[in-house]
Amino acid sequence: MNSIISTRFLNLYYNEFHALKGITMDIQPNTVAALIGPSGCGKSTFLRLFNRMNDLIDGVKITGDVLVNGKDIYADVLDVVELRRTVGMVFQKPNPFPKSIFENVAYGMRVNGITDNQYIAEKVEESLRQAALWDEVKDKLKKSAFEISGGQQQRLCIARALAIEPKILLMDEPASALDPISSAKIEELIWELKKDYTIMIVTHNLQQAGRVSDTTAFFYLGELVEYGDTKEIFTQPKDKKTQNYITGRFG
Amino acid sequence: MIKFADNRASKQRKENLAFLTFRIMSYFVVVILAVIILFLLYNGARVISWDFITAMPAEGMTKGGIFPAIVGTLCLVAGSMVFAFPVGVLSAIYINEYAKDGLFKRFVKLMTNNLAGIPSIVFGLFGMSLFVNTLGFGDSILSGSLTLGLLTLPVVIRTTEEALRSVDNSFRQGSLALGATKLQTIRKVVLPISFPNIITGLILSIGRVSGETAPILFTVAAYFLPKLPHSIFDQVMALPYHLYVISTSGTNIEESRPMAYGTALVLIAFVLIMNIIANLLRRYFSKKVKMN
Repeated sequence: MNSIISTRFLNLYYNEFHALKGITMDIQPNTVAALIGPSGCGKSTFLRLFNRMNDLIDGVKITGDVLVNGKDIYADVLDVVELRRTVGMVFQKPNPFPKSIFENVAYGMRVNGITDNQYIAEKVEESLRQAALWDEVKDKLKKSAFEISGGQQQRLCIARALAIEPKILLMDEPASALDPISSAKIEELIWELKKDYTIMIVTHNLQQAGRVSDTTAFFYLGELVEYGDTKEIFTQPKDKKTQNYITGRFG
Repeated sequence: MIKFADNRASKQRKENLAFLTFRIMSYFVVVILAVIILFLLYNGARVISWDFITAMPAEGMTKGGIFPAIVGTLCLVAGSMVFAFPVGVLSAIYINEYAKDGLFKRFVKLMTNNLAGIPSIVFGLFGMSLFVNTLGFGDSILSGSLTLGLLTLPVVIRTTEEALRSVDNSFRQGSLALGATKLQTIRKVVLPISFPNIITGLILSIGRVSGETAPILFTVAAYFLPKLPHSIFDQVMALPYHLYVISTSGTNIEESRPMAYGTALVLIAFVLIMNIIANLLRRYFSKKVKMN
């Protein structure tokens, strides 16, 4: 099978600190890959490789290859803006802009040069439907995005990411700041979205990883300890460290 | 078991005493402002009239009004802001949004802070040397405005920088992650969010500029000029300098004393009005940013 995301012998340094160590990993299209591991193990850093969010931090150095759709995304010729259109991201804390619900979803299209208002309106509705939010907000699209609940805001952020039709969605603990019901909604949503997108999700919630993902990668101290089928990782891990982590012995 | 000392009463006493002190100190600040304003009202209110605000000074500045000084101050404020706003806001954007952490950025910030520490009379001398003489603008609104603009530049930079810094990084990341460029992110997300605070900082700096005397002393201010300026190359009277003149070197200091208090009152009123406008604007725009 052709993997949509892959890394080869990837190292990442924050100045002197070796944060990711020789990681080689492949992710198949239309699957959900969960990244788990204790805090500081590098899983969020790993996630942020794929839309080059680490570029925003001074002192980051990378060696090895990161391929998205077969293209080296750290090549000099790569257009970061273009990459981020293909690789969407949802953050840990819902971060809607202080604009209306409608404008939040329209934002990605507007900054990418789409001016056809009819298309934008249709796409806003479609994205909100995809994010299972349309019915809750269709009467208040003009209202501020700050007036809806945290769970709704997070789905708004997902809709916002979907509106520019990415191929891949990166999710950095998307449900950790939410109540259990909102969290369950996000999980359901991830199942739905898998049909059209490839999803990488960082999570501290192992049950969640078990429920939503096809494959799971366990990171520890910057190393990819084990990567494979979620069921296998959770029932018969090959590595002792993985076993200790998923049985709650550390972390 | 640990035996805790039973000193609840003494703790309570200390607590009360401490907060009483803090409270008195905070009242003290209010009292000072109130005393200053009452003092000016008591001494100056009786000269305040429509004529005082709209008429030319007369009889060696012991009679008449302060109209040209008001107009002069307005011109200088406007002129200095035309210069200081764009330069200050744009450089603050550069420092906060573009410059990488490092020696250069620290150097620029250090220099900005040093600029803020230079006494205003030094700005006056510098303005005279550069704008009035070297560039040949003469004693004029242009020279005075540029000098005042230089003086307020660090304040504008610092308040703008603070406003930008208070914008949570998650907004920037959210925007960039959607394929927005850095410039789009600044224009469409960062600036709208920080706008209320930026505008407040700008208006407060207007208040500062309107009261400065030293920088205009050698660059624009006229001792007595009972007519309005026609161009930016004219001299003008200005409120703070006028106040200085009629308090120290007028034709009849005793007789013009009430005029001095009246002038001070107008100046203070101008600054207070500016502060109130700043507050109202901030509230208005804070609301608008969320709805937008």
